[in-house]
This record gives sequence, structure tokens and C-alpha cells, in this order.
Amino acid sequence: MTPTRKRRLIAVSLILIAIGIAAALTVLALSRNMSYLFSPSEVLAGKAPDGSSFRLGGVVLEHSIRRAPGSLTVDFVVTDRIHEMPVQYTGVLPDLFREGQSIIATGSMQGNHFTAREVLAKHDETYMPKEVADAIAKAKAVEAAKHAQPLH
Amino acid sequence: MLPELGQFALILALLLSIVQCALPIWGAWRGNTTLIGIARPAVAGQAVFVAMAFAILTYAFVTQDFSVTYVASNSNLALPWYYRFPAVWGAHEGSLLLWILILNVWSVAVAAFSRHLPDALMARVLGVLGFISCGFLLFTILTSNPFLRHLPALPNGSDLNPILQDPGLIVHPPMLYMGYVGFSVAFAFAIAALLGGELDGAWVRWARPWTNVAWAFLTLGITLGSWWAYYVLGWGGWWFWDPVENASFMPWLVGTALIHSQAVTEKRGSFRAWTLLLSIFAFSLSLLGTFLVRSGVLTSVHAFASDPRRGIFILVLLGVVVGGSLLLYALRAPKVAGGKPFRLFSRETLLLVNNLMFVCAAAMVLLGTLYPLVGDALGIGRISVGPPYFGFVFPLLMLPVVLAIPFGPFVHWAAADWRATWRSLRPAVILAIAAALVAVLLFPHLSTRGILGVAATLWVGAGIVLYALKRWREAPAGRRYTPEMLGMILAHFGLALFLAGVLVSESTSVERDVSFTPNQVQQAAGLDFRFTGVTRVRGPNYLADQGTVEVRDGTRLIATMHPQKRQYDGQQMQSVAAIKGGVFRDLYVALGDPLGNDAWAVRIYVKPFVRWIWFGGLFMLFGGLTAAADKRFRAHRVEADAPAPAIAPAQAVA
Repeated sequence: MTPTRKRRLIAVSLILIAIGIAAALTVLALSRNMSYLFSPSEVLAGKAPDGSSFRLGGVVLEHSIRRAPGSLTVDFVVTDRIHEMPVQYTGVLPDLFREGQSIIATGSMQGNHFTAREVLAKHDETYMPKEVADAIAKAKAVEAAKHAQPLH
Repeated sequence: MLPELGQFALILALLLSIVQCALPIWGAWRGNTTLIGIARPAVAGQAVFVAMAFAILTYAFVTQDFSVTYVASNSNLALPWYYRFPAVWGAHEGSLLLWILILNVWSVAVAAFSRHLPDALMARVLGVLGFISCGFLLFTILTSNPFLRHLPALPNGSDLNPILQDPGLIVHPPMLYMGYVGFSVAFAFAIAALLGGELDGAWVRWARPWTNVAWAFLTLGITLGSWWAYYVLGWGGWWFWDPVENASFMPWLVGTALIHSQAVTEKRGSFRAWTLLLSIFAFSLSLLGTFLVRSGVLTSVHAFASDPRRGIFILVLLGVVVGGSLLLYALRAPKVAGGKPFRLFSRETLLLVNNLMFVCAAAMVLLGTLYPLVGDALGIGRISVGPPYFGFVFPLLMLPVVLAIPFGPFVHWAAADWRATWRSLRPAVILAIAAALVAVLLFPHLSTRGILGVAATLWVGAGIVLYALKRWREAPAGRRYTPEMLGMILAHFGLALFLAGVLVSESTSVERDVSFTPNQVQQAAGLDFRFTGVTRVRGPNYLADQGTVEVRDGTRLIATMHPQKRQYDGQQMQSVAAIKGGVFRDLYVALGDPLGNDAWAVRIYVKPFVRWIWFGGLFMLFGGLTAAADKRFRAHRVEADAPAPAIAPAQAVA
């Protein structure tokens, strides 16, 4: 083999190996670490994965925030204005967390309530609420479809 | 009156950018020296008008002219004067104008410092820069005009996002943009070389200092951004794999690959086509980053729908730049070949590994960043690809880089002696293993990650120090360290510091959320944190709850910290963490909500070595700048280097 050919062979095989490894790792990592956003309606409809982690989006229901005095654990209800889901979180809440605020909570179902590991509220002006707004709109559409069907 | 003048200046700049793009490139093709000569004056003229527009917008912010919609929506009467300057680039329209201003700064610099280069090449380089400027000016004027009026004028504006009211923001975006836009110079050189058909690699030597400087600024921008996230966002993290961060990180990764591949092409002639391709990718990712961050696409693809013209314009501009340059590359690059042969164990191979790993890493980040957008567009659902994905794949891709990096300087070009290299690096290997063993014995609770961190830091750090010592012993005095070499040493040493910061702080940090009542004491990392209560304080445009936390090591008072939770007059909430920094340890206290019964939620972090992350970034910054200062890149024009302008491109096409 000429030096040029040998060099090309080395280069090409290195590239192929790297691409192969990278592709395999990426697919593996992507499939394990994707998390979907669900609204309370979707969770109650059984669409959310059981036991594993997902993101819950919705609005913090007015007058639903409860905490034992002096405790870091807080209970509140997330709603898409159709269905509601109780959420429990232990820790410091974000600045923008308040009633009527749209939030995204990451965590998993524990029995009937959602236990959040992380709560995000309105990251900036437009970022988070859009996803939540979509989820709410979707829940409303599903509800409207349900009500519409019996008429026909 | 003034805002209209600003608008007018922008339109004049647009016209000049068209001139700067079209005439010199035409002139270089036809060999018309008059047209070639238009390039520099057009650059200067355009820069004057862009600077004028920028100055007028800044003036509107400083004098609070709320008849300008952009000013009214991004500042208000209570905004202190020093935050009115960064408010100029606090949102989409102004940041585009800043982008254009910085592009003009680069263009002027290239025009001024490249007088020794062949005229035809310079005409093409400035022409390509003019084309980019033209695209951005069109975008600004047609879809994102910062000078739009709101008549009658509003009595007061809405607030600048309080997160953005911070000294970090004064410098962070301009530095980041200096980097983003700086890659346009490397891109312009590559396109000019492709247009002219002069692909012998001479262009690489001239492009190298510009690429290094751009990379250094991008490094600084990212470092500042990470530092800002650490002390402003109040989460105590330094990197979140947020799409906005990824947008700046992708060009950095490809840029890192590019500066290494440029070195090979310049010195050995190999990797020519690859260097061209990387130049195109680095700038394309910069463009993508600019748009991703500011257009709102990341929110969702539907953001395009809120202003379809913007979205379509962005796609068209990206399509023209990326598609056009790749097409040109496909037409011309097959002619590129050559370079000296090299063996498997040689510096070329190591740099090839570097390039592959960095490009793969960039592709991996791109995939993770865009995947949610694709999923959204295809209706798969709202997916988010979180830090676990990046945190898993990225270190794996960087592992070969960390292992290989100390070999780089020791291994010769073309063919290297395996044994000699091993002898030179043996002390570093021994040191790294010994330190890891000592770490295991001294700190039995240290995680695998922490131990790997200690070993990796010493391997990379000692490796580069050994190289510096070798040069000191073997090279004649005065020629021991060329600026280029010194830059490499600094940047690689920066990587060692960075590794120490990341791996040690991540594995030994203590993070606690606690419920604090006044005069209660909590312990974290062997320190006593005593909470003395919360008082109300008044700032220039906010009211704050201010907590006081005293930190003691035994009986010795180390720090008295005052975390705040601010309520801005524009109704926005923002907590400001108190940080007591140190070389070996940061103390970080943030105030949360009142919990009732006088108790407050407080977040306490103790983060050893966290500052080394940013020290590493600074070393890389100085490395990039030092390397760019090498005299070799400023060699005066050699007569043989100046081809007759007209003939080369025609031949290359034929």
C-alpha cells in the first residue's frame, strides 16, 4: 500500500469507528433521557409512564398551596382547567412560583399524587408557558370533543 | 427625529454593504483594480453608518425616549443609567444591531490589518463579509426594526427583565458576539479561497490569527455566561445544557476543532478540504446560535407563526449561507488534495482524533438541542432532552481527548518515536496515578468521578508542564517559546484547571435546602451556618427581603452573608444569592420563601474548586490571544505570494 492510501485508510476507518460509536451512544442516551410533557388530563387518561420520570405542565390552582408551618415540603394542585393533579415538592421553590402561574414539574407519580424533583416556573417571558398553554389547549380540545360526540 | 435618522443610517449601511459585497468580488473576478479598491472604503463607510445607528439607539435608551417601541418595551424610568446601555441589546432587535456593529468592527479590523495580503483575496474576503452584513441589515430593516415609533409616546416603559439587570450582562453578550461574529472572518477567508481557487493553504495562515482571536472571545463569552448563570440565576449550577447555552457551545466545539485543523493545514498542508469545511460549519453554527437564541424558535416551532416573516427570512438566510457555501465547496474542493504523508503515530493522527471528537461532540449537542424542535414539528409530542443525555454522552466523547492531549506537543509531525514520547510523559502518568491513589486513601468518600478528576487534572496539567520544561532545557534561549506555542501551553493548562473545577466540584459539592428559623444553626460540609433573620431593604428600583447568615468554622467567623429576594417595581421577583468566593471553596446562600412561624426556606451550597472552571476558561482565553499574536502570521507580503488577480479564478473554474 502506498503511504497515501494507507493514510486514507486510517483516516476513513477512524472516522467510521467514531461515527459508529457516537451514533450508538447517542441513540442509547436519547432513548433513555427523553422526557415528555403531559397535562393532568393526559396523566389521568393513563398516557404518562408508570413509575418513571416525566414532566407535568399546567397552572398552579388558586388557593391550593399548602404547607405545614416551618416545613420545606409543599403541596399544591396543578390544573389544565379540566382536570387536576396534586403535586408534592420538598425544597426551595423558584422565584416566579405562585398561584395562577404556569409551571413545569419534573418527577414521577407516587400513588395518586405527583412527586416533583424539580419545579420550573416561567423561565423567561415566553419559554415555558407556551408548552403549558399548548397542553392546556389540547386538554380543552379533548374535553370539547368528548362533549360534542354524544350529540351526534 | 433622531430615531428616523438611525433608520436612515441603517438603510445607507445596507446600500454600502451591497456595494461592499458585489463590486470587489466582481472586480476580483474580472481583474479590475478599481473595483477591488472599492472594498476598503465601503467597509469604512458602512461601519460609520452602523455605528451611527447604534449610537442613536443607545442615546434613545439613555434619554429614555419612550416613543420608540423597542425602548419602551425594554426599559423604564426606574432603570439606573448604567443598565440603560446593556438594555440596548436586551432583546431581539437591539441584539441584532449589536451583531451587525460587531461584524463591522471585525470587517474594519480585517481591512486595516491585512494590507500585506494579495488584493484580490482581500477583495473577496471583504466582499463575503459585506454579504453577511447585507443579510443581517436586511433582516433588521425588514422584520426587526429597533427604531419603530410608538406614537403617542408612552409615559413609562415596561421593565427590562430583572435577571438581565446585572453587570455580567453588560459584557457577556458583546463578548459572545465577538466570538460568534469572529468566525465570519475564518468563513470569509475560506469562501474567498474557494471563490478564487487559491486552495494551496496560504489563506489558512492568514486566517489563523483571526480564528484564534474569535475563539478566545467566544471562550470568554461562554465563561462569563456560565459565571453569570452561577451567581445570578440562583441555582448554583454553572452549566445546564440549556438550548441557549448549547447554541454558543456548538460553534465553540467546532471552532476548537478548526483552530487545530488550521494548524495542520498551515504547517503540513494536510486536511485542506476538512479545514475549509470546518470554517463553513463553525460560522453556520454561529448563525444558527444567534437565531436560536433570539428568534424564540426554541420555545417551539410555532413561535415562527407569531411572526412568519422572521422565521422565513431566517431559514432563507441560513439556507443561502450554508447551502451556498457547501455548494461552492462541492464544486471546488475536489481539486484540493495534497499535504505531506504521515504515519499512524504522529501529531497529525492525534489532531485528527481531536477533530473527530470535537465535531462528534458538536453534532451530539446539535442533535440534543434540535430534537425537541423536530419532535414538535412532526407532532411526536413535547419532548425535552435533558442534562442526563448530554451529561452521559459528552464526557464519553471527551475522554479520548483528555487521554490524548498531553501526547500532542511531544509527538512529532509525520512520524514519531513511541518510546521517546513514553519516556517524556512517564512522570505525568506516575503523578496522575499516585495522586489518584492518595486521593482514595485521604478521602475515602470521594466518588469515582472525583478520583478521575484528580487523575485527569494531573495528567493533562503535568503533561503540559513537562512539555514547557522540555522546551526550557532543550531549545536555545530566546527561541524557547514562540507565542504560538505559549498560547497552546496556556490553553491546555486551562483545560487541566477546568477539569479540576468540574470533576472535583461536582463530586464534592454539598447542596442543602433547609428550613431556617432565626438564630438556628445548620451544618453543611463541616461548617456552621447561623441564620439571624430577615430585614427589609430598599434598592434603586426594588424592595428586598434580606436574610443574614453567619458562617463559622468552629468558632471562627468566616463570612456574614446577605442573600436577597427582590421585588422589582415592575412587579418581577428575583432572588440574589450571596456568594463568598475563594480559590478552594465557594460558599453560596440563597433565600427562598417564608415558610410560616418565622421560618424561611434557605438554600446552602458549599462548592469546592468551583472557581477553577472559570479560571480554566480564562487561561484558554489568554492562550487563544497569545497564539494569535505570533509574528509568523504577520509575515510581509512575499512577491511570489501575490498572484495576478484576474487569471486564477477563471482557470480554476475551467
